[in-house]
Amino acid sequence: MSTAVVPQLLLDDVTVGESLPALDYEVTATTVVLGALATRDWRPMHHDKDFAVERNGTQDIFLNTPNQAAWFERYLTDWTGPHGRLARVTFRMKGSVFPGDTMSLTGVVESTSVDDVGCGFVTVAVTLSVDGDVKTTCAARVALPRTADDNPWARKGDQWRPAP
Amino acid sequence: MTATSSAGAGAAAAAALDEMRALIGQEQYHEVGEFPVERSYVWTSCASVENGNPLYWDDAVADELTGGPVAPPSMVSVWFRPHHWAPGRTVEALPLQVHFDLKAALGLPEAVMTDNTIEFHTPVRMGDVLRTHQVLRSVSDEKTTKLGTGRFWVIDVVYANQDGELVAVESYTGFGYRRGEAVSS
Repeated sequence: MSTAVVPQLLLDDVTVGESLPALDYEVTATTVVLGALATRDWRPMHHDKDFAVERNGTQDIFLNTPNQAAWFERYLTDWTGPHGRLARVTFRMKGSVFPGDTMSLTGVVESTSVDDVGCGFVTVAVTLSVDGDVKTTCAARVALPRTADDNPWARKGDQWRPAP
Repeated sequence: MTATSSAGAGAAAAAALDEMRALIGQEQYHEVGEFPVERSYVWTSCASVENGNPLYWDDAVADELTGGPVAPPSMVSVWFRPHHWAPGRTVEALPLQVHFDLKAALGLPEAVMTDNTIEFHTPVRMGDVLRTHQVLRSVSDEKTTKLGTGRFWVIDVVYANQDGELVAVESYTGFGYRRGEAVSS
């Protein structure tokens, strides 16, 4: 079936080793609090600076993990467009992101593949850093269309295999 | 602290650890989400990270690609985090209860999440009410990091929709610790 929405990125457009466009974002207290509430995370270290400093021993409130997941997803789908379908992500938190930080998201394509049922995938190593210090890494496996009328979202059951 | 009370505390801690490790592999905390998946939360999430993916903002794109609106996959854990308050509730409900059980049982007052893997299966749709359960996978021996001394643990959260379709499997690594016990450098 042909689709009217033209894919932004096809598997064949991607080269192993290529870099994704970088994204820089200035984090404020609002970024942290909005992100915590958007993920229904009511824990005080994501909105109460006194609690974060006194109980967690951190310098300030900090971005929570589920909101960082949303940042990584946005970063990846900015690149893939709406046809890109997340299959699997692994985050590793190495340090916290605080108000006043400018976080930089960068990504490098590590592999491209087509699985046994014909679905195209890329793996991307995404890094969230502040002033060159890596705060979180995200290893992502994302399905991409192979042709203009391919749509990874249409895959169901045995035709969708998110694990490599 | 006397030698006797120290030994007693050590035995109690060892028993607590054994009790927690006995839960490894068992399904715990079968829960049903407190509310159906809804679009305004999708938009709040997209707004929080300035995600302009037309799949979430343009109905025509959603109709064509996903047969109607879906939620961003990375939001899967959002749909089962409890309300901050609800009528009749007398204790605060905590998400990822196994994590808090471990902190309490092992006497580790602080904790951070260090590692998180999510595998996405059937897309989440508006109106879905998700089901979850938690499975403790491992509890490490005692380790000292720059945060303090404590233990690492791995917890899986399995998500399904109201039709029993697998939606996602999320795996968390947590580090529960006591502050101020790190070896000074």
